[in-house]
Amino acid sequence: MLGNALLLALRELRRNVMRSFLTMLGIIIGVAAVIILVTLGGGATKQVTEQISSLGSNLMMVVPGKRMGPGQGSSSAPFKLADAEAIEREISGLRAVAPASSAMVTAVLGNENWSSTVTGTTASYFDVLNRRIQEGRIFSQSEARSGVSVCIIGETIRNKLFGGQDPIGNKIRLGNISCEVIGLLAEKGQNTMGQDQDDIVIMPLRTFQRRIAGNEDISLIQVSVKDGISTDKAKVDIGRLMRVRRHLSASEDDNFSVMDLKEISTMLSGTTKVLTGLLGAVAAVSLLVGGIGIMNIMLVSVTERTREIGTRLAIGALEREVLLQFLVEAVVLSCSGGLIGIVLALTVSLGLSSLLQIPFVFNAPIVVVGFVFSGAIGVVFGYFPARKAAQLDPIEALRHE
Amino acid sequence: MINGTNSNGTERQPIIELSGVRKVYGSGTAAMEALRGVDLRIYPGEFVAVMGPSGSGKSTCMNIVGCLDTPTSGAYRFCGVEVGDLTRNQRALLRRHYLGFVFQGYNLLNRTSALENIELPLIYRGVTVRSRHQQARQAMEVVGLTGWQHHTPGELSGGQQQRVAIARAIVTQPLVLLADEPTGNLDSARSIEIMELLTSLNENQGITIVMVTHEPDMAEYATRTVHFKDGLISTDHSHKENA
Ligand SMILES: Nc1ncnc2c1ncn2[C@@H]1O[C@H](COP(=O)(O)OP(=O)(O)OP(=O)(O)O)[C@@H](O)[C@H]1O
Ligand SMILES: [Mg+2]
Repeated sequence: MLGNALLLALRELRRNVMRSFLTMLGIIIGVAAVIILVTLGGGATKQVTEQISSLGSNLMMVVPGKRMGPGQGSSSAPFKLADAEAIEREISGLRAVAPASSAMVTAVLGNENWSSTVTGTTASYFDVLNRRIQEGRIFSQSEARSGVSVCIIGETIRNKLFGGQDPIGNKIRLGNISCEVIGLLAEKGQNTMGQDQDDIVIMPLRTFQRRIAGNEDISLIQVSVKDGISTDKAKVDIGRLMRVRRHLSASEDDNFSVMDLKEISTMLSGTTKVLTGLLGAVAAVSLLVGGIGIMNIMLVSVTERTREIGTRLAIGALEREVLLQFLVEAVVLSCSGGLIGIVLALTVSLGLSSLLQIPFVFNAPIVVVGFVFSGAIGVVFGYFPARKAAQLDPIEALRHE
Repeated sequence: MINGTNSNGTERQPIIELSGVRKVYGSGTAAMEALRGVDLRIYPGEFVAVMGPSGSGKSTCMNIVGCLDTPTSGAYRFCGVEVGDLTRNQRALLRRHYLGFVFQGYNLLNRTSALENIELPLIYRGVTVRSRHQQARQAMEVVGLTGWQHHTPGELSGGQQQRVAIARAIVTQPLVLLADEPTGNLDSARSIEIMELLTSLNENQGITIVMVTHEPDMAEYATRTVHFKDGLISTDHSHKENA
């Protein structure tokens, strides 16, 4: 009986190709939208994760305050240089430790000026973050100790201030101080959050604290772990050390956090997930509209085929057999829409992901969910018209014109 | 199935037994009494012609006999079973397994081949595809439509459509064949063929036939003629001794 109903449904669909297609459109768009969003969202998340791990999968950040966002101000007490030194001295398995403190300044050269972030840090910074020098040099140990006004600038700064010229050896003004450019960072481009990683000025921590910040605070300690050493262990060790140094009693919560890349990427992909969820809701509405379209066309079909239904009932079809026939028809309609939607979504996702230069991540579960969901819509919205057909009075139906 | 309870004098149990059947359409002032107390017994093997003027209630009566409709009052027993007591689905099963119906307006499925139209009742009986084809082809041969199996009703003449309708009704070898003007659209030569077909089904396969007709010539083929007038049976007589 089911096979027969399926056959009849397919034939009915073929008879009204245009009408069937238009009816399916809502489902097609809904299913395609869901799959495209999830696929692209997944690709974007993967890209974020990949970019973060390109920083070095052994990077950790220690920030004051109990929260997830890196580099944001906090009400907890900042670190001091001694904290970074203690980490370097007492925690084993670390490759480099770079304390850092940053501020917004305006960099000026002649008539050109450009607002940027200046970061005071140690020579380890270049190690920890994998930044290379393209031209010139980084500051020496003695320069760092004595706190002379030297800086290393990123490609963006060079562009804005020097145009195409060689910046090495020139002096630029950073806020109130004059500072000699001794190095140029190799270009790195935007990071995952769209920040320009070349729009930075690096100077010795000492110089920064004395001449720009006017305090001894450290807002961020970046740590890279030796290859083969687990970040989990280093994380626990650093946490324990910092609790002691910040005099926290056993009952107090941490007032700092140690984040490794896993957490950072979870945090970032969380944003993507919210977005995906929101757009998914829009897609769900589209599926609902598609379902109503199917119900509408099935009601039209039942009316058009009243005589056929009457004939079937008169010949001896049971109510549930007629119900099944129309229900299967609705489900075939919605499932075909689902299938077309899936094919469309995969094609569009492939195209878009190469256009947006994000990886294409095939998400099998969402494809299955999309298909099952479209089938379910057929059942839900096809039931009412099918029941209406099944409950027709055969004589009335045969007299229908 | 045939397990009658009262045998009031006749040696055989009637297959169809209408007693005091009334059928009222509509209600209040718009009420229309299509049948006004019909008593009719039809025995296995009979070939009954139902005649009467238009609007006299023939089709209404056929619908009740065919278990498509139920009387407003009165009783209808089919093989001893009170049809009024059955559910919709039980009546559907009765139609499926014991009745064949040739409707007044054929009621073939559009855009569906003749063969598939004829197979329709077999599908609901759960007959396998192979024997379905075979039985349907056989029925087409019986009504003289061999070679037309792939034509849809729209591609067939009125007479051919009528023969498809007859083939569909007889393909299941029903206990009772109900035919509402089966020769209404046929020329006299074709009509005679159909009547000979019905006669042979009646005589050779023992199918009980109730046939509505307007033509006395056609009624000649039956073993008994019942006349309807204003919702009542006016005359009822047997005219063949071979019943
Ligand atoms: N569903 C219905 N609703 C209302 N009135 C009906 C209905 N069916 C039949 N009637 C009425 O009942 C009466 C008997 O109709 P019926 O169809 O039984 O006549 P008939 O003898 O078959 O006529 P014909 O020879 O024209 O087919 C008619 O007056 C008709 O108008
Ligand atoms: Mg009639």
